[in-house]
Amino acid sequence: MKRRFPVHILVFLAPAVLIYSIFMIYPLLDSLRFSLFAPVEGGGLRFVGLGNYQTLLNSPQWAPQLWNALSNNFVFFFIHMLVQNPIGLLLAALLSSRLVRSKAVYRALIFTPTVLSVVLVGFIWRMILSPLWGISGDFLNLIGLGSLDQPWLGQESTALVTLALVSVWQNVGIPMMLFLAALIGIPDELLEAARVDGATAWKVFWRIQFPLILPTVGVVAVLTFVGNFNAFDLIYSTQKAIAGPNFSTDIMGTFFFRTFFGFQLQPGNPTMGAAIAGVMLLVILTGVLMYFFGYQRRLQRIEL
Amino acid sequence: MKASRLGSALLAASLVSLSSAQSGSLTIESWRNDDLTIWQETLIPAFNEQYPDIAVTFTPSAPAEYNAALNAKLEAGSAGDLITCRPFDLSLDLFNDGHLESLNDLPGMENFSDVAKVAWSTDDGSETFCVPMASVIHGFIYNADIFNELGLEEPETYEDFLALLQTIREGGAYEPLVMGTADQWEGATMGYQNIGPNYWQGEAGRQALIDGTEGYNTDGFVAAFEALAAWQPYLLNGYEATAYPDAQAFFTLGGGAIYPAGSWDISVFRSPTQGAVFELGAFPPPPPAGQETCYISDHTDIGMGLNAASENKEAARVFLEWMTTPEFAELYANALPGFFPLSDAPVELEDPLAQEFLSWREDCESTIRSSYQILSRGEPNNENQLWNVSARLLNGEISAQEAGDIVQEGLEAWYEPQQGD
Repeated sequence: MKRRFPVHILVFLAPAVLIYSIFMIYPLLDSLRFSLFAPVEGGGLRFVGLGNYQTLLNSPQWAPQLWNALSNNFVFFFIHMLVQNPIGLLLAALLSSRLVRSKAVYRALIFTPTVLSVVLVGFIWRMILSPLWGISGDFLNLIGLGSLDQPWLGQESTALVTLALVSVWQNVGIPMMLFLAALIGIPDELLEAARVDGATAWKVFWRIQFPLILPTVGVVAVLTFVGNFNAFDLIYSTQKAIAGPNFSTDIMGTFFFRTFFGFQLQPGNPTMGAAIAGVMLLVILTGVLMYFFGYQRRLQRIEL
Repeated sequence: MKASRLGSALLAASLVSLSSAQSGSLTIESWRNDDLTIWQETLIPAFNEQYPDIAVTFTPSAPAEYNAALNAKLEAGSAGDLITCRPFDLSLDLFNDGHLESLNDLPGMENFSDVAKVAWSTDDGSETFCVPMASVIHGFIYNADIFNELGLEEPETYEDFLALLQTIREGGAYEPLVMGTADQWEGATMGYQNIGPNYWQGEAGRQALIDGTEGYNTDGFVAAFEALAAWQPYLLNGYEATAYPDAQAFFTLGGGAIYPAGSWDISVFRSPTQGAVFELGAFPPPPPAGQETCYISDHTDIGMGLNAASENKEAARVFLEWMTTPEFAELYANALPGFFPLSDAPVELEDPLAQEFLSWREDCESTIRSSYQILSRGEPNNENQLWNVSARLLNGEISAQEAGDIVQEGLEAWYEPQQGD
């Protein structure tokens, strides 16, 4: 007997598919379609195929801006990977150990900046780092390093790293929470058995806990990647859309914004902006696919 | 009975419409939210003393939304009769699209010089479509208490100016020049466009740039970058990361001696709550030694145009004509110190600092910012590039010649008259 087509599956899937299509897939495809057009003199749009992308990659006006934004974005990302995620892991390890007291207080304090508005965080750090009334100079004087004080956000050599570290300060709570949840999920018997066998805390962490939270390490990495390549708000709130000094803090998000909406006397160019959004999508997609095929598939399932 | 009631109703209705046609009512579109009370309490009552039958309503919208909101209203046919004009291309586009009416034949337009009208004229200057209302002037505002304390005098030449800065720096108690480069536009607007006209001979240089006979990398335009680069040792500590409002606050708190200013800063420094508590003085950008003529940036900023779709053009023209009179100029300038009327009629200002700025028009030649007319239409944007190189020049990242070369290269990339050689 032929089985009836399972209509209920369609019914259950429909709401999610519909909402996702209307609010995610359609705008995404429409934005990509939009990037294939260019404005004509006198108003209106004209189909140019991949012309915008060619201009973006080859023109002496656009290409250096694109590569600058992209490489700044990679610097931004690597600082998060090298600073935010290891610190998040360290904090999670400390908070999951039996030796630390008042864990709830630390957890709440470290997580608080994450829920603050980025505009507020940007403003607070602008104030802290201000050479005129900021406390960063006073603080360095206090520990005898006053001569090291710099206008951190005003120099091409320091602005991007400074902002990346501010972002790390704000967001370190998220990897911490994810790692902590994974660490708490490891059964105590495993750890106790290891200790009975004479393993030090160091060995327990690297030989038992860390391998067991590897899936979370991957998830955190991919979340950081996507988040950083979509980043925009912190740079915009501290350095404005012009991402100064001399575009040294320009990342893909601010580059896109400036192009799409225009800036001061520079008129907006929405179709070129859509092309930049297309490049952002491509970069993020590549990263996420690398994670799926290169990392997640190799993970072994361990039954605990 | 019934019929007569209907008749009287009709009569009443026609009377109402008749009276409204006689008096006329005008609506003004503007982005100047801040000026609402000035219009309601000063300007419109003054106008109604002469023309009591024309009712005028000032309906501003938020500055950031103005351009988009105005365009939408114009398309929909619901925009006001009078339109406050942004300078240059934004208004020129409105005129080219047929939304603004030509005002060439408006009586009173002869009260304005060509430089005053350039922001609201077609590229060839044949059509003018807005009445020039106000400009902003650049110069230097100084803390007179510090000048007295250190026994300093206003500089006559640019060399004097640098020597003055050196004296203040050596004194050690105050920062000589209060300006940051974090927001980038200060370096170009209050730096390059402030002192530059002295080096490129004002309008002559600006026109030569548009004609393509001069470039940003030659003569006066490079000399202006060189003059600007000399500021570097005298800017306040940490200027690279100091934003515009921070510099303003630092100056009003008495931390520095000289503030490279736009005249709009006057209202900030005069503010009863955040203003300066010391005496303020001002001097124009000093010309280099040996140069007789001085030039100032007297930048056209606000105008007023006539909506081509207005149903009340006669009344609107009466109002615009009133705006060309010395009476309006005087009222407006005193209500808004730092925004100066553009008509040729002499105006007395109550604020001595604003009057000082205004008096430079008599001694010096006026010009506008070099990048605003025509040159900021292409990609890369000329104005944005000037911001960028001025900030980098002051931060010590590039030399004056490099700054000129970068901007010139950007201009040559799209502007034909500059591509000739």
